Amino acid sequence: MNKFFLLVMRDLRLALRQGGDAAMVVGFFVLTVILFPFGVGPEPELLQRIAAGIIWVTALLAALLSLERLFQGDYEDGSLETLILLPLPLEAQVLAKCLAHWLVTGLPLTLVAPLLALLLHLDVDGYPALMLGMALGTPILSLLGAIGAALCLGARRGGVLLSLLVLPLYIPVLIFGVAAIEAEISGLGARPHLLLLAALLVLALALVPFAAAGALRQAVE
Amino acid sequence: MPQPGHVSPTAPPRPGFAGSGLACRRGERLIFARLGFAVMPGGALILVGPNGSGKSSLLRLMAGLTPAAQGTLSWNGADIAADREAHRARLHFIGHADALKPVLTAEETLRFWAGMRATPQDLAPADIATVLAQFGLGAAAPLPCRYLSAGQKRRLALARLLASPAPLWLLDEPMTGLDSEASAQLLGAIAAHRRGGGCVVLSTHAPLDIADTVLLSLADFRPTRQEMAAGIAA
Repeated sequence: MNKFFLLVMRDLRLALRQGGDAAMVVGFFVLTVILFPFGVGPEPELLQRIAAGIIWVTALLAALLSLERLFQGDYEDGSLETLILLPLPLEAQVLAKCLAHWLVTGLPLTLVAPLLALLLHLDVDGYPALMLGMALGTPILSLLGAIGAALCLGARRGGVLLSLLVLPLYIPVLIFGVAAIEAEISGLGARPHLLLLAALLVLALALVPFAAAGALRQAVE
Repeated sequence: MPQPGHVSPTAPPRPGFAGSGLACRRGERLIFARLGFAVMPGGALILVGPNGSGKSSLLRLMAGLTPAAQGTLSWNGADIAADREAHRARLHFIGHADALKPVLTAEETLRFWAGMRATPQDLAPADIATVLAQFGLGAAAPLPCRYLSAGQKRRLALARLLASPAPLWLLDEPMTGLDSEASAQLLGAIAAHRRGGGCVVLSTHAPLDIADTVLLSLADFRPTRQEMAAGIAA
């Protein structure tokens, strides 16, 4: 367990010292959302109608932006080989790296989302569903992304390939994330959608480590 | 445990690290076949051979990074495939890449790798500062790795060997980029490791001043035409 957190701390330290990553993801999220009022016009009714969708789609894209580096650095400098040869199971290491990735991308996205919702005139009733949905959904984005990032190691133009692999997998998260907000606003209650997101998260937590670890072993072979 | 294809005549499990009937395939190509070796505790096996003869591939195969196309590896007579995690716990593999992060300091790097291998059985965890000093990196300890020279990076990678104990060292051309002082330090570390009953397998181009070694020439295990054909078919 100590080693698990040692790896999380190391990845956090790397992310914070290299600066860029976390700030870039949040910056992309904010800027892209701000573009929409310019694109579709500033009418509050229109923005209110599409706010949930805009925030979720943009969050998906922002999370995708940072995925390529999840294993790439370790792969290039030989750390991945050394990590694989540690007595700690690779599956646990994948979870540790996903946790670190979520802390520097998913968590900031979740915290910034309500500010952007304010900008887009999201109905006040939708805020709790937005925050809870993001808190449950963004870890799924990191986990599913880890499979894609591991599979794309060593591929030329891995970034584009990664988007093609991962974006279709993100569709359920998008559907339930947006549906939770809409249901809450229309008075139906976000609970079933949030429960489904929680179920997806549990499923991803259980299965992703094995898939990603398999892909990583393949990459260094 | 007798293995199919076991060519060694010694019936009782022999101590140390051994392999028999090993073949390695990279992509479509068979690199070596019928390869056997044995390293006793305290022994050193030196891999020699021209570029591309499979020295690195053999070391990666020994570490368990690549699966063997054929053959088995054993530690103290037990097949390592039976317990991969135990095998990983007993080995240090230092490849061509130094596994360093430009933004972490030398001390943080070594502390991380040592911490990731620490076991509750370690009575006295290695003192990171001492290990760094031993490899002439005392002054470089607080520097981020991006400020280290190529030789210093290599020294830091090799310092992992002493930062956490492991009975089996697999070193891929460890002397590359080292000056004579650092080479002497590494040879000293290898000698001390062997006195403590450790095994060393290393590949090299330059002749090394290491006493009492077994030389394994990869050129002797080039696959035959038939094996090549069989290897591609398999």
